[in-house]
Amino acid sequence: MPRQQWADKTFYLVTATFAGLVLVLLVGILISLFIGGWQALQTFGFGFLTTDVWNPVTEQFGALAPIYGTLVSSIIALIMAIPISLGIAIFLTEVSPHWLRRPIGTAVELLAAVPSIIYGMWGLFVFAPVLSEYVQPWLQDNLGGWPVVGALFQGPPIGIGMLPAGIILGIMIIPFITAIMRDVFLTTPKFVKESAYAMGATTWEVVRHVVLPHTRVAVTGGIFLGLGRALGETMAITFVIGNTHRLHVALFEPGNSIASTLANEFTEAVGELHTSSLVALGLVLFMITFVVLSLAKLLLMRLEFTSGSRH
Amino acid sequence: MKKPIDWRFLRRRSVNIFNLTGSVLATVFGLFWLTWILWTTLSYGISAIDWKLFVQNTPAPGNVGGLANAIVGSLIMVGLATVIGTPVGILAGTWLAEFGRKKAIASIIRFINDILLSAPSIIMGLFVYELVVVKTRHFSGLAGALALAIILLPVVIRTTEQMLRLVPNTLREAALALGAPRWKVITLIAYRAALSGILTGVLLGVARIAGETAPLLFTALNNQFWSTDIDKPMANLPVVIFQFAMSPYEEWHALAWAGALLITVSVLALSILARTLLRNVRMES
Repeated sequence: MPRQQWADKTFYLVTATFAGLVLVLLVGILISLFIGGWQALQTFGFGFLTTDVWNPVTEQFGALAPIYGTLVSSIIALIMAIPISLGIAIFLTEVSPHWLRRPIGTAVELLAAVPSIIYGMWGLFVFAPVLSEYVQPWLQDNLGGWPVVGALFQGPPIGIGMLPAGIILGIMIIPFITAIMRDVFLTTPKFVKESAYAMGATTWEVVRHVVLPHTRVAVTGGIFLGLGRALGETMAITFVIGNTHRLHVALFEPGNSIASTLANEFTEAVGELHTSSLVALGLVLFMITFVVLSLAKLLLMRLEFTSGSRH
Repeated sequence: MKKPIDWRFLRRRSVNIFNLTGSVLATVFGLFWLTWILWTTLSYGISAIDWKLFVQNTPAPGNVGGLANAIVGSLIMVGLATVIGTPVGILAGTWLAEFGRKKAIASIIRFINDILLSAPSIIMGLFVYELVVVKTRHFSGLAGALALAIILLPVVIRTTEQMLRLVPNTLREAALALGAPRWKVITLIAYRAALSGILTGVLLGVARIAGETAPLLFTALNNQFWSTDIDKPMANLPVVIFQFAMSPYEEWHALAWAGALLITVSVLALSILARTLLRNVRMES
């Protein structure tokens, strides 16, 4: 019997070690990015986050433009993805006939599996020409003259820039947000919904006054999860964002995001300070996404507690 | 006697119809993009596919060629990443499901694992760059495989844990009552019961890494020539697609589309296979 006890202990230790590896991985990522970016952080200090000069020739590096681009493109993506995802989730849980639910649900999930580089190529070769030919001129003519908002729709209508990047990101995160919204909508207790229907509520009223209040927290969690994806998305954006380190209010102007800067410049970076600045950018991105994803996870966990089921 | 028109009822009904129509339109809108993107990949890709793709290497600008070295490089790296990531992921998932159910540290690991699952893949590339490429002073296929393994790992951990949790406890108790030690209960009973579920996790993981481009940019880089040496930079489909699509050459664009089609088809096939397996698991339990 002692031999079996010994085997049990070994098995426990081996599995525990590998489970612990997850924590080691997280700490390792943080430490290695910190070491790699140390030179840049030391040289520029806090100003690294607040200056928008990115000049490899004079070795001046500030992260403001890529950080701004990351946030703006993700916000555009959310503005587009939230209502669409909500609509699809409502359709899949309340409106659609039963035989249609599975095929459409599967189609949406497959959209999530398509590699991001495919979105990028499609964006560059197919979507950008359509956008510059039809959509952007129309936006400029019709909204460009408006006060305040009009400033957003300035710039060359070439289909490359912050707006196209944001739209493609939006298409990419629709399936993620939709899948979560559908799953949390389904956790609404049936008898509550049926009670509302029995009182004469319309389908929309059930969604608005029963399903949404019940799942509000988790829906927010799903949105944050989509945001986390959008912030770190690389290939879909790199093709169409334009890759210039300048700050523009206008959404038609080319810009940059943290991930696309890394993808474009890292292997071609000359000099240690340039490489170090790029790693520091990566550290900034990792910290932002870590916070957003933690929030998402915490919000989603609240629903697991209240409904007592895991997803 | 004529009934008076119930304006409130009419209003509620029209709001209902209006909003539900909106939800149908949203679905059509969402599926519209899916069809458009898949259609583009299919139509551009198919016209670019011929037998040369699989036997010739990536060409210099202006020449004809294929993707043979990139296909083989991708297969090697994805295979290697799966071989590295799967056992680690399964064992870690085993601990979470079998030993760590109620432990605080287990919920922390679960939490971190879920975050790593959605963390930007380009960061994993940077991490492996700092860890391996900087130390060895050169890009290599091994570094690429390692970066992919790190992305695969959280997927496998998560599914393994979920699938082991589906195994009924009575099964474990029966084996324990017969005097079987814990490790035998897990490896001979629980694993067997959860086998197809765990396999699903691996498939989903492979589907996830098969199209990953960003983490390979700084690790495997690319190689214009045929190479199966994992200690050297290695050609791979995603990075070739990226470089060729961003180039100004027509021939390269065609090859990029062919590569895009290959990747999309394999990723979708893997996902569908995983989904079918998973449905069988659900039906059994």
